[in-house]
Amino acid sequence: MQVATGISILNGIGIGKIRIYKTPEYKINESLVEDAIPELTRFENARLKVQAQQQVLYEKAVVEAGEDSAAIFQFHADMLDDDDLLDAVKTIIVDQKHTADYAAKHGFDNVATMFSEMDDPYFQARSADVIDVGNAVVEALLGIDTSSLQGTEPSILVAEDLAPSETVKLDKSLMLGMITREGSSNSHTAILARSMNLPALIQCKDIADDWDGKMAILDGYNSCVYIDPTPDLLESLTAKRNEDLKKEALLQELKGKTNTTIDGKTIHVYANIGGPADIGSVQQNDAEGVGLFRSEFVYLNSKEDPSEEQQFQAYKRVLETLAPKLIIIRTCDIGADKTIDYMNLDKEENPALGFRAVRICLTRKDFFKRQLRALLRASAYGNLGIMFPMIISKWEVRECKEILAECRRELENEGVKVSDNIQIGIMVETPAAVLCADELAEEVDFFSLGTNDLTQYTCAIDRQNAKLERFADTHHPAVLKAIQMTIDAGHRHNTWVGICGELGADLSLTETFLRMGVDELSVNAKSVLPLRKQIRSIDLSK
Amino acid sequence: MKEFKFTVTDPVGIHARPAGLLVKEVKAHASAITIATEAGKSADAKKLLALMGLGIKQGDTVTVTVDGADEEEAAAAIEKFMKDNL
Repeated sequence: MQVATGISILNGIGIGKIRIYKTPEYKINESLVEDAIPELTRFENARLKVQAQQQVLYEKAVVEAGEDSAAIFQFHADMLDDDDLLDAVKTIIVDQKHTADYAAKHGFDNVATMFSEMDDPYFQARSADVIDVGNAVVEALLGIDTSSLQGTEPSILVAEDLAPSETVKLDKSLMLGMITREGSSNSHTAILARSMNLPALIQCKDIADDWDGKMAILDGYNSCVYIDPTPDLLESLTAKRNEDLKKEALLQELKGKTNTTIDGKTIHVYANIGGPADIGSVQQNDAEGVGLFRSEFVYLNSKEDPSEEQQFQAYKRVLETLAPKLIIIRTCDIGADKTIDYMNLDKEENPALGFRAVRICLTRKDFFKRQLRALLRASAYGNLGIMFPMIISKWEVRECKEILAECRRELENEGVKVSDNIQIGIMVETPAAVLCADELAEEVDFFSLGTNDLTQYTCAIDRQNAKLERFADTHHPAVLKAIQMTIDAGHRHNTWVGICGELGADLSLTETFLRMGVDELSVNAKSVLPLRKQIRSIDLSK
Repeated sequence: MKEFKFTVTDPVGIHARPAGLLVKEVKAHASAITIATEAGKSADAKKLLALMGLGIKQGDTVTVTVDGADEEEAAAAIEKFMKDNL
């Protein structure tokens, strides 16, 4: 047995025979031609054929991988309308008397070189797209059919690298997995594999030609591939894969269905996300919206205080891509326990009870306003909710709302469009907020229970401390009582109440929460469908 | 002839998808439309690859020149498009 490692793109297991996928090396006819007209016609036919192909790939990719990933094929098709590129190819045919295949190869290569010589990594990476389209044109001219390369048996494909169009062209029903020597986790190929839910390993440097036809296991959980696995390993990983498949199939059936109990009560199930990179998982897992978008990533991923513009772009991307789903963005929730150099926060004895979240925002108003302005600007692109964390008093909510109103007036004076339909809410994560829930509810459209902090503050237990395990009870009656009080207070004031902490995904509590009257549960994207399954199995009339 | 300046806010600059959309928008107008960078490079905005070849990044200010019979409405439409998409 041989073990080779790489970078795993997806937690999943693929078992089957290896098929080495090699694009054929073709020979370009370098001889000169007398008559340019037939060559021009050949090129035009090939161009139209490839353009139609790219359109088909676009449509295939929209279904399999989503609009965002598919857009690259639209670019490919547009490229084939570019006058400069077409003129360059035609000039090689007419003036230099070359064949259409020679002209296409060189014409596209020149443009690819232009991109690869640019400074910016984004534009450099576009040279791969130009080469991808150029190859498609040459293949069309030479009548090369790459569709046979995949074979007719289901297999794990092994390749040096796969262009995006190659990845999408592949017949998914014959794909057990994908391994490449090259590629980055941000390449289009990796993104496509991820959104197509295909176990894939990239940067696997030990790929060898003699793997062809051998039995293999691609283990995405452990980022490796076993060639000629031992019978024991084959048996245990087959069992694990079958378990995965069974779970997956059950959950897939739930997509598009509502979160309704047997007796007809429907609630919302949203996803918690950490940034624009999680957009795909929201779509794949069929979450109805985003109940908690932790905006910390914009602060943590940045060396300096992120500008309004940077934040706006990140929020806009999520809102726009997922529109019209409701996206609740929580304002900056950092504190002394998360060190951010540029914030210059003092070290504290007790950071959990310290200068954090909305307390920082209401002290450093300019800092807060940058985020609020970015949020308001982004609101024009989708369905936004804004949520303030760590609230204990009514005046804090009022002050947050005043600053928000001030930002809105500023933007409107600048002629910037801001949505009129933004829901405002707070995190309920302190015992103070629970006890004042009636007053707070008068100020907001929704409450979201942050059960992690609420448990820590209610029980005075630090969850990170292993010594306290015996005393820590995630289902502590005081916490459950606090949740019930919050829901009741919210409903007295027409304020809807959700849970966005880890308890929301605890299936043993789903029925309890439904009976308490919760309106929404927001959980990590992977838990959305299991939670839906649980809700649909509950009968509250019994 | 109409002329306006525009500062790109999109994090990756004038990249593949918006460039493609911009070309489509530009082609809907009869006027000749040119985009020039601060470094003095310019491209016909009807040409996708030339436009991308300018390598316009976030924060770059470009000058857009619109010349032709429908320049008034073309300039307005393109400025709006750029504000919305770039």
